[in-house]
Amino acid sequence: MPLINSPAELEDFRKGILSKRDPNKPCIALCSGSACHASGSGEVAASIEEEIKKQGLSAEVDIRKTGCHGFCERGPIIVIHPEEICYLQIAPKDVPEIISQTIKEKKVIDRLLYSDPDTNEKIIHESEIPFYKNQNRLVFGSNGNIDPKSIDDYLAIGGYSALAKVLFQMSSEEVLEEVKKSNLRGRGGGGFPAGRKWEGSRNAPDETKYVIVNADEGDPGAYMDRSLLEGNPHAILEGLTIGAYAIGSKEGYIYVRQEYPLAVENVHIAIEKAEAYGLLGKNILGSGFDFIVKVHQGAGAFVCGESSALMTALEGRAGEPRPKYIRSNVKGLWDRPSVLNNVETWANVPLIINNGADWFTQFGTERSKGTKIFSLVGKITNTGLVEVPMGTTLRDIIYKIGGGIPGGKRFKAVQTGGPSGGCIPEEMLDLEVGFDELTKVGSMMGSGGMIIMDEDTCMVDVARYFLDFLTDESCGKCVPCREGMRQMLKILTNLTEGKGKEGDIELLEELAEVLKEAALCALGQSAPNPFLSTLQYFRDEYEAHIKEKRCPALSCRELISFHIDPARCRACMICGRKCPSEAITGGKNQIHVIDQEKCTKCGTCLEVCPPRFGAVRKLSGDPVPPPIPEEERIITRKSKQK
Amino acid sequence: MSEILLQIDGKEVDATDGMTILEAAQRVGIVIPTLCHHEKLDPYGACRICIVEAEIRGWTRLVAACLYPVEQNLVVRTRSEKVDRIRKMILELLLAHAPDAFELQELAKEYGADKDRFEKEASFCVHCGLCVRYCAEVKKKHAVGFVDRGTRREISFVPEIASKECWDCKECFPLCPTEALQAAFVLTEALSFPPPAYKPGLKE
Amino acid sequence: MDSDRIDRIIDKHHGEASSLIQVLLEIQSENHWLPKEALERVSDKLEVPLTRIMHIATFYKAFSLVPKGRHEIHICMGTACHVRGAPRVLDAVQGLTGIKAGETDLDLKFSLETVNCLGCCALGPVMEIDGKTHGKMSPAETADVLKKYE
Repeated sequence: MPLINSPAELEDFRKGILSKRDPNKPCIALCSGSACHASGSGEVAASIEEEIKKQGLSAEVDIRKTGCHGFCERGPIIVIHPEEICYLQIAPKDVPEIISQTIKEKKVIDRLLYSDPDTNEKIIHESEIPFYKNQNRLVFGSNGNIDPKSIDDYLAIGGYSALAKVLFQMSSEEVLEEVKKSNLRGRGGGGFPAGRKWEGSRNAPDETKYVIVNADEGDPGAYMDRSLLEGNPHAILEGLTIGAYAIGSKEGYIYVRQEYPLAVENVHIAIEKAEAYGLLGKNILGSGFDFIVKVHQGAGAFVCGESSALMTALEGRAGEPRPKYIRSNVKGLWDRPSVLNNVETWANVPLIINNGADWFTQFGTERSKGTKIFSLVGKITNTGLVEVPMGTTLRDIIYKIGGGIPGGKRFKAVQTGGPSGGCIPEEMLDLEVGFDELTKVGSMMGSGGMIIMDEDTCMVDVARYFLDFLTDESCGKCVPCREGMRQMLKILTNLTEGKGKEGDIELLEELAEVLKEAALCALGQSAPNPFLSTLQYFRDEYEAHIKEKRCPALSCRELISFHIDPARCRACMICGRKCPSEAITGGKNQIHVIDQEKCTKCGTCLEVCPPRFGAVRKLSGDPVPPPIPEEERIITRKSKQK
Repeated sequence: MSEILLQIDGKEVDATDGMTILEAAQRVGIVIPTLCHHEKLDPYGACRICIVEAEIRGWTRLVAACLYPVEQNLVVRTRSEKVDRIRKMILELLLAHAPDAFELQELAKEYGADKDRFEKEASFCVHCGLCVRYCAEVKKKHAVGFVDRGTRREISFVPEIASKECWDCKECFPLCPTEALQAAFVLTEALSFPPPAYKPGLKE
Repeated sequence: MDSDRIDRIIDKHHGEASSLIQVLLEIQSENHWLPKEALERVSDKLEVPLTRIMHIATFYKAFSLVPKGRHEIHICMGTACHVRGAPRVLDAVQGLTGIKAGETDLDLKFSLETVNCLGCCALGPVMEIDGKTHGKMSPAETADVLKKYE
């Protein structure tokens, strides 16, 4: 007998939970997303539990292991409620002090706070940290307040009220109209209007319909879906159930990458608990609406993120895409109408129902409504997950929220849209982020990956990298993709190895056309984008690689040489010791020289040379200066006073 | 079965609902080149040689004629500068694998494809899938299939099934546009069939 | 892997052909590889042609048709890690273990794989061994990390 059998019972239950929670009771919220976990939040959690027990505070302090907070660069993160004190980069050794100082004596520990990089001002509250202040975390914000393994936490923040509203106060047409009015566009890459997709399935003449969550987040560098599914699985379940009601589906699937074991685990727990509570399964909340959800794991194929390939994989086959001449919302999984949407798209649905389409449309631009979660990664100071309204400029995201480029390096390009997207150069940083705006400049929104590249990134290598990725992930069925990419990769690899020749760019452009026009699916059709966009904005780099055998970013291994400047070397011997190929000769007071024959270009010497000397430099396109004669390598030092 | 009126290369064509552009074109004697298509098998849409321009409601895009369903008022162009350019490139890409395949050579002449445009590749399979699909859909033996993905994809015989079935069948051999199928069979035979079942040589 | 264990996994998924990939994932997870006998048993019980199973077992990266080493090294080659120097980390590990990505060494000690994004981009370049994440790797540090594994 499920626990909750009507909307009234749901509200009573919710009130019950809230009445047992004292908002003034100290609560330590520890981010337990996968990235913080990798930074050691598991050990921190154990320390906190131990210390709380040791100090006899088990009854007075709550511990909540929440989903990802998004500020992944500074993990492990804890936020102490109710004061909202945010401590960053916590280690187990900090825990006893936190418990005795902050929990017991309400004293803030300065060294654990965020420090403004320009003013050195300390910031106490999470929401005031510039990284968070400049965001609008409508969808992602809840992560920090709930333990994803607890359904009660989700109910405490108002969860499942949208579902109750839909089942008892709205007809399925009204739900569809609301989603259409909101102009919600798919957050997985296509940007297709969700309402229109749902309508197509609703109108299809078939009794059996499916709703599917695409959690096969394959774009390298993008991990928003993972953090959402790990951190707030109920939001997705709720959205999915609402969608099922709107189109008339009784069965849903969540297709999640097996590389996300925590997401798989949390979604299974969420389904179990939702069923036990009567919020999923037969006769949901006593409404008469039945809906079940099954979880399928991916098995390591990027192409399965493409909707028709995903459905093929759900059918237990190799994920080869099908041409979408008949749309999958009409003939999809097992040839039935199937609505497939991305994790973030589904997570937006409860918000739209609860607050209304008009509320939603106040965010964003004219044709891109709402917010978008981006994964801001690469050469950026504040790596993490960022949610902003559509229309925010790239400059604001990268500098105001991202904190700019570390190491004093110059920004070069931001790559968006994953392997189907393109690179956007500095002159376009005032672009207002949106689906069409990004497509217009030769890139795309994609799932939201935003990879920042600086002056050390070679754009020809970026094109080669993406093509290498896609060649490995292509299903191999159609000629343009399999053979076209094979040849494109060969040419691009040759370019990065100094084997480029005149005519290569033109041949690449011809191959790009065949892929774009004739490939069977979107993977092949969008595969040339990284090449085409880097060619558009960084043509000079391509020409340097071909004509001068030079890599302007000093990155392509075959085209660079490492050289120790004899004028700056102080013979400290550090590089000589660390060189894995033993390619550096020299000794105490003897200027070091790199043997170019032995050098493997690993870059260790450049990394370890003390910054005050800065003697190691990279050269490209010019011959390496010959080593100075041995006699001239002796350094005479001023003798120390005895 | 509703009547659909479309236009192919300027000709008005009567078609029925459910037909593909290829079938409609065949009705009026318009030839569209194909490689992976076979009337006994489900259309595959992998070689993309049958690519044609399809215009509807002002939008033009390239589609595979063997799969695209006919629509009222569809305007199809089976040849154009773009279509020819793309077919030429597809042929050149395939000729890097199978420069001596008859079907490819005929088409190469028509589209001006240069078989030496790309460096020769090691495998001469063009992945038309005719052997795999024939064995699965017509003979229903599943003796040969595809393995792996992307540029590493290839055909592979299942030795246990092949040793029992293939000798008396071999109906897929004439379907192969290259020598890849026969080569794969001979190799499988040499490596995997247990000695008592081994029959020396492949008799033509 | 004995046929009883395989049968139990298949029964858990109600013997449905569409659960083929899920069944194989479980066998892979328990056994660390897919022996031919296991594939033949699955083909039998789910009534699915062996060619389809072979296609799936070779199409998806999660599956291995050969035994894997005691320690699985995954090096993230996602874009964020790439831009922070992951290829050099891969080279260092290849040099130290003597195997290339996709291979297992002869002692069955290490298996090396490249993966496309583990979702820990803030810690890039990332190397994961037996599920434990080692972040901010540089080529120089790889030797010390690998030494810890027997």
